Amino acid sequence: MYRLAGRLAPWFGGLCLLSLAVGLYLGLVVAPADYEQGDSYRIIYIHVPAAWMSMFTYVVMATSSAIFLIWRLKIADVVAEASAPIGAAFTAVALLTGSFWGKPMWGTWWIWDARLTSELLLLFLYLGYMALRGALDTPQGSARAAAILAVVGVVNIPIIHFSVEWWNTLHQPATITKLGKPSMHISMLRPLLLMALAFQLLYFHNLMVRMRTLILSRESRASWVAELNVETGN
Amino acid sequence: MKLAIRSAGQWLNPLLFFVIVVTLFPLGIGPGPNMLATIAPGVLWVSALLAMMLSLDALFANDFRDGTLEQMVLSGHPLTVMVMGKVMAHWVTSGLPLVLLSPLLGLMMQLPEGAYGILIVSLLLGTLSLSFIGAIGAALIVSLNQGGVLLSLLVLPLTVPVLIFGSGAVAGAGMGLETSAHLSLLFAIVFLSVSLAPLAIAGALRVGVAAGR
Repeated sequence: MYRLAGRLAPWFGGLCLLSLAVGLYLGLVVAPADYEQGDSYRIIYIHVPAAWMSMFTYVVMATSSAIFLIWRLKIADVVAEASAPIGAAFTAVALLTGSFWGKPMWGTWWIWDARLTSELLLLFLYLGYMALRGALDTPQGSARAAAILAVVGVVNIPIIHFSVEWWNTLHQPATITKLGKPSMHISMLRPLLLMALAFQLLYFHNLMVRMRTLILSRESRASWVAELNVETGN
Repeated sequence: MKLAIRSAGQWLNPLLFFVIVVTLFPLGIGPGPNMLATIAPGVLWVSALLAMMLSLDALFANDFRDGTLEQMVLSGHPLTVMVMGKVMAHWVTSGLPLVLLSPLLGLMMQLPEGAYGILIVSLLLGTLSLSFIGAIGAALIVSLNQGGVLLSLLVLPLTVPVLIFGSGAVAGAGMGLETSAHLSLLFAIVFLSVSLAPLAIAGALRVGVAAGR
């Protein structure tokens, strides 16, 4: 698994850079300015993929936590642990770019709107997960406790989301929920999807790199790690 | 088990905390009756939520320290049922007093006339599900010595729906609106948390006991 992750990481990284470059070029240079929002809409090329990935990462984290709880696969726990900080970073990026966009558009940095609030709560869930992991000192116990928390969280996310949505909403409705006919011109949509792909690849790249370090540090007493040290001349 | 919790006298501290926090708001914001009446539902609900968090800390900690919890896990009786009893006992000792005291504090906060019934009903349902949701967090950190802040960090995001529907119902009642939608949703949350949370709590307790040995 360590070697597999090592072999996959540069591929994900390279493809990510490529799609990032093309996506940014298409998004920032080729795509036309929006007739209402001018050029400032272009921040969605960062904002929307980051927001998607923040949710995707949590689902990955919760799924692998469930797999770990049921079948006790160690690698599933490594995936969950490696995903948490990446997901938290995506969430933070989505919140930050959102508020950069909100300033010129809504005239305020922050508003107690449904989607903003649920994204913020998602960030809290990530931070709570990481805090719990850090606080429990036995690796076995912390892995299973954190997995339970992740699963409880994923049960709660839809409830939180809908309750917050009911509470207050102002955010423009999601532009690309309907797969058939997006309310967006193709020249704007293409870079957005490319950027989403780039973010996805970025996630996998980071995941692979982090998983390698985690596996190494967890198995630091295993014989194959010692052999690896000899090979690389450490 | 219930008797043990009752005699410990721990139910009084969260109650006092509730009263004091509610008292702080008029002092911090100013005693204007109109202002107070607008914020009253939120203030009462947030204070009740925090008071519940405060009392959750000790829910499993004492049993864990003196080994009772280990006995419970090893006893062979279904752990989920025992957890259910434990959490119900927690609710009776810390949730129920809050509910009973809340109309008095509502009076102090100039809560509108029509909202008292809803305040009691919503807190009754809300504190019950808060007990169950919070107990998950308390079970997760049971093997730690100091987990108070961590507990709040874990649990508070999960309690948002309860807060929204609870205070929403009270605020709506204060303005003379229909509140049955809010209350039905609160009911739904109660059923969900009462049925599912014991599973998570029992799982977390097993982990905690295994880690603490």
